[in-house]
Amino acid sequence: MSVFDRAYDDPVRVLDEDGEVVGDVPDLGDEELVDMYRHMRLVRHFDGRAVSLQRQGRMGTYPPLSGQEGAQIGSATALAEGDWMVPSYREHGAALVHGLPLKQTLLYWMGHEAGNKAPEDVNVFPVAVPIASQVPHATGASWAAKLRGTDEAFLCYFGDGATSEGDFHEGVNFAGVFDTPTVFFCNNNQWAISVPRERQTRSATLAQKAEAYGIDGVQVDGMDPLAVYAVTAAALEKARDPEPDRPRPTLIEAIQYRFGAHTTADDPTVYRDDDEVERWKAKDPIPRLETYLRSEGVLDDERVAEIETAVEERVADAIDAAEAVARPEPSELFEHAYAEIPPELRRQREEFAALRETRGDEAFLEE
Amino acid sequence: MSDTQNLTVVQAVRDGLYSEMREDDDVLVLGQDVGKNGGVFRATEGLYDEFGGDRVVDTPLAESGIVGAAVGMAAMGLRPVPEIQFSGFMYPGFDQIVSHMARFRARSRSRFSLPMTLRAPYGGGIRAPEHHSESKEAFYAHEAGLKVVIPSTPYDAKGLLAASIRDPDPVIFLEPKLIYRAFREEVPEEPYTVPIGEAATRREGDDVAVFTYGAMTRPTLEAAENLAEEGIECEVVDLRTVSPLDREAIVDAFERTGRAVVVHEAPKTGGLAGEITAIIQEEALLYQEAPVKRVTGFDVPYPLYALEDYYLPTAARIEDGILEAVEF
Repeated sequence: MSVFDRAYDDPVRVLDEDGEVVGDVPDLGDEELVDMYRHMRLVRHFDGRAVSLQRQGRMGTYPPLSGQEGAQIGSATALAEGDWMVPSYREHGAALVHGLPLKQTLLYWMGHEAGNKAPEDVNVFPVAVPIASQVPHATGASWAAKLRGTDEAFLCYFGDGATSEGDFHEGVNFAGVFDTPTVFFCNNNQWAISVPRERQTRSATLAQKAEAYGIDGVQVDGMDPLAVYAVTAAALEKARDPEPDRPRPTLIEAIQYRFGAHTTADDPTVYRDDDEVERWKAKDPIPRLETYLRSEGVLDDERVAEIETAVEERVADAIDAAEAVARPEPSELFEHAYAEIPPELRRQREEFAALRETRGDEAFLEE
Repeated sequence: MSDTQNLTVVQAVRDGLYSEMREDDDVLVLGQDVGKNGGVFRATEGLYDEFGGDRVVDTPLAESGIVGAAVGMAAMGLRPVPEIQFSGFMYPGFDQIVSHMARFRARSRSRFSLPMTLRAPYGGGIRAPEHHSESKEAFYAHEAGLKVVIPSTPYDAKGLLAASIRDPDPVIFLEPKLIYRAFREEVPEEPYTVPIGEAATRREGDDVAVFTYGAMTRPTLEAAENLAEEGIECEVVDLRTVSPLDREAIVDAFERTGRAVVVHEAPKTGGLAGEITAIIQEEALLYQEAPVKRVTGFDVPYPLYALEDYYLPTAARIEDGILEAVEF
């Protein structure tokens, strides 16, 4: 039976909250499992450091992801190298797994546009801030692949709040109509800033919204990385290699929780109880996978300690590398609005250059 | 000399789409009713039969979805030409236009470019219902990263559309539907381009420079001919592209005449006429013999059709405006 043939409110689970196996363990090798664990540890540590950098004034506003590692790492691990990821603005972990260097993520949140330029061989779309606006892009991009007869699949991330936006409905509807190779991955982290999931929709689940568009919808325990992997892998496989009588696109609702604030500019204590946070912290995906891997004999104290040390080093190196990048050359302001700079913009660039020449950069900078 | 056909503006648009789709397999058309129906103005007539449903795509009724999906397609290297049925319905797609279509190149530091051309019939004068006559080109001209093209003749419609489709950057291509079928012109059968960003002098004259574009080009030329009988010679400059504006052509015509009138059907406040006036102030103040006169639509919602004749600049209003500049 397909993983998609189940009730919308029956989330796929592989590991329970104590790391006990309660479902079908996906067919992954020991090293792949350890990689998932390593990536989760890496982004958890990265996230803490990023919040701290923001507090120290070394980084701008930053959207934390702690709690969502299971959904991000589990889903992105299922991508093939040639597949595309279309993120919102919180998928630092998923993007890392798909090849985006941590340094790029840091640079973006440190205010460097260059952080949004993924290396040519990394198939990640730029960050999309307006809620749900990336959903039609994923549909269009995957539609292009289908028209060209290539076999990439597209994994598009968004939150629970995004399902209230028109663009979610338009994008998913188009995907259904044109049967595009798209996987819509909803990180239902329970809160759209301060507004709870219950205020986004009267629907009992977000997964069931797929029904309206004639595509598969499935719920998964988003804090169970193995379940997320299994569901996403099945959805990507179906997108690439469609089954008869099944739509190619899938809507996955990954139920999870954001432990921290929406962004570093947000104070969640205003709108939610500590009890609730503690209840969800008991479902933390990291100890859950660790317990399982220890019970399987794949991890032990020594290996965990090694991973911890490596993770700290890698994040520290990425921070050093990002902070070593000089302020972008100011003339870059004008460089990427158009392929060929139009005459008026050229004039503005020259005027700007002349002003810097005569007045110096101190005329622009406060520090 | 290649063969020509005698085409209206909307036929030239259709011919432009046809030529570009023949030239480049990556070009595709999507929107509401563009397929089997051939478009509500017949701008895509016959394309579905020629190129099939994968390249001439009837989409669900959803402007943000149409623009947003085209953004995704263009990011992957296709050259989508989305059609919004009337420019008055572009607003549900506005977020996609300004947040993504205009910014994708800049946001990705040129890793992605969006070679897409968003077409929409725009402007008034055809007795259409509410929301079918708006002229909001200034919204898009204000947005960095976009180009905004408005043809006024069949020849330009085909050539500018081809240039837009081939452009590596996103173009808003607004088609003045008042003149979709108003007249015909010989148009080459083979593909050709008319460069984006270059104005065309439609009439030469030494007394006053009149700047206009789109459907207003014809009443402006009519006014110029009427005034010629009184001995006033107008230079009529059809801008053809409202972003980027052809500053050189504007300044050049103004310097030779010392007087300027700007004509557009869009509302006056914040419209392109203000921008053209500012260019004249910045670049040619010392040539100025008279205040720049703006003959435009009023700052009111576009009226239902019983009053639209009063709203749109006519040859008579344009003549008065020109006389004001000349007699100052």
